[in-house]
Amino acid sequence: MSGDSSVSNTNSMTRLRSNFIRRDLIGIAAIIITALAGYLLFPDNLALLTRLLAIALLVLSLDLVTGYCGVATLGQAALFGSGAYAAGILSAHYGITDPLLMTLGGIVAGVVAGLVCAIVMLRAHGLPQLVLSIALVYLFHEFANKASSWTGGSDGLSGIMLDPLFGVFEFDLFGHTAYFFGVALLLIVFVLLRILVRSPFGMLCRGIKEDPVRVRALGASPHKALVKMYVISGAVAGTGGALSAISTQVVALDSLSFTQSAEALVMLVLGGTGSLFGALVGTLIFMLFEDFVSAANPFHWLTMVGALLIAVVLFAPKGLYGTAEAFLAGRKKHDGETRA
Amino acid sequence: MSAVLEVINLKKSFGGLVVTSDVSLSMATGDRVALIGPNGAGKTTFVNLVTGALRPSSGEVRLRGETVTKVGPTGRVQRGLVRSFQVTRLFQDMTPAEHVGLAVLQRTGNSGRLFGNFLTRTEVMEEVDHLLEKLGLLPLAHRKVREIAYGQQRLLELAIALALKPSVLLLDEPAAGVPQSDTSRIEEALANLPSDLSVLMIEHDMDLVFRFARRVIVLAAGAVIFDGSPSDVTKDARVREAYLGSYAHASHVA
Ligand SMILES: Nc1ncnc2c1ncn2[C@@H]1O[C@H](COP(=O)(O)OP(=O)(O)OP(=O)(O)O)[C@@H](O)[C@H]1O
Ligand SMILES: [Mg+2]
Repeated sequence: MSGDSSVSNTNSMTRLRSNFIRRDLIGIAAIIITALAGYLLFPDNLALLTRLLAIALLVLSLDLVTGYCGVATLGQAALFGSGAYAAGILSAHYGITDPLLMTLGGIVAGVVAGLVCAIVMLRAHGLPQLVLSIALVYLFHEFANKASSWTGGSDGLSGIMLDPLFGVFEFDLFGHTAYFFGVALLLIVFVLLRILVRSPFGMLCRGIKEDPVRVRALGASPHKALVKMYVISGAVAGTGGALSAISTQVVALDSLSFTQSAEALVMLVLGGTGSLFGALVGTLIFMLFEDFVSAANPFHWLTMVGALLIAVVLFAPKGLYGTAEAFLAGRKKHDGETRA
Repeated sequence: MSAVLEVINLKKSFGGLVVTSDVSLSMATGDRVALIGPNGAGKTTFVNLVTGALRPSSGEVRLRGETVTKVGPTGRVQRGLVRSFQVTRLFQDMTPAEHVGLAVLQRTGNSGRLFGNFLTRTEVMEEVDHLLEKLGLLPLAHRKVREIAYGQQRLLELAIALALKPSVLLLDEPAAGVPQSDTSRIEEALANLPSDLSVLMIEHDMDLVFRFARRVIVLAAGAVIFDGSPSDVTKDARVREAYLGSYAHASHVA
């Protein structure tokens, strides 16, 4: 009897594991195929696509704290912008022009910004926490504005020079190198985050989102875990910021703006919180929609984005990806039942 | 025998309302204590004070001789003081295996690990399976909590608590909300708790109290009005008075 059930348990463990790996592979394949399709279909628009990759990293980083941990923030661009400025300043002021070192600089700056935001924001909960996040992003923005000898202030940071990637691939005018660099960064981050979200720590964070009191009764400190997640989130956002600085060779003040933060949240909600795929789908659809509609109708595109968002929130509250996933899961279950 | 848990002159008031007035108690290894009292007597508040979820107005809590009054709730869990909740607090989208696995990982200091999925770690899963098996939950190990019955969720609360290998266990109405048909499972689980574990159980069901406890403490309006053997509790005049005052549970004791 007990032998039977432990066998069935081992089976379900193996099944769960292969399920995870299958979804990992599907995710990786989906990113590669989408990236290649973008490259082939829009060869003249690689700048937009690379920007999409950078913003996808920002939205993923937001998903870590908001989607997985339940911390609502409207200041996530503070982490992204810190990464962008760090990478840019390394090149423009210190002559560190190796793109990998610049990316590393962006990651470190994102981590530091994440730590600062965590220490301030996690003192509060709910609405006060949200207000603190807004205050923080305004402070970061104002600081960058005032430190204009470093950041170029409202003119933006320019003069970013780049060595060839690995000493071989020049960052060309058409943005081919930057695009593939971005795709590679996104893939690496995606795989690492897939590992993260199903690690014991990822599980703990899901628990914190649902019931911190329960987590405390297990003997784990929600506060410590959230600080840790913020630091990781900072690394991801910083990577995105560095990519944006490297690909455009300028850093503008609005990379650490409230608007950018709010837009990232909109993309996340659009795709679906609490899922890495949701974050990616949300970014893709929002940015393509924005580009397409603003070209087709430059006067009313914001109206249309607003209408899309309202439709999603009202009719697909789990986001586009979340709703599609739930629908497919429901169909699968239904199929299984009718067959059984 | 030296005390595992000592509570000394614990006091708590919410505004003007005194909810815990000068409560002291001491528990030794392997004790089986029932804490009873009318609704609103302050039983849950007492557990919250002992576990550190609430700060007492005054008084002291000691665990194996160490004063932990200033230690936070997580620190007390790490020192072996574990509780369950009157209304289950579980993660609806997680499975029993994940709950118990998380507790095991937390106990062994691995809950912060960034790599590796514990569902594929054999040493963790063996312990998880063992605990779930003991409570009859193994067939449900990989179902989401929202899909399993309330009685089974209460058993899962016990499994989580045991996974933390406590030395003192505070159970807040472990059978509350469970249909009569399922209470026997819970009672069986309670009877099988490790004999070196000190257990304090809050319970309204007097049959359960009499079968489980070797000592009964009665709390009324925040004060201990009785502390003695189960056989004496029904004879005590003050206890009868306290329960008659709140007619809701008079029938159980009378
Ligand atoms: N956070 C709080 N703020 C104010 N009053 C509170 C708070 N928590 C509990 N109380 C009050 O303290 C008293 C004791 O509550 P408690 O939950 O400890 O009772 P209990 O003995 O567990 O009752 P029950 O048997 O119904 O679970 C009640 O009058 C309750 O309203
Ligand atoms: Mg209670």
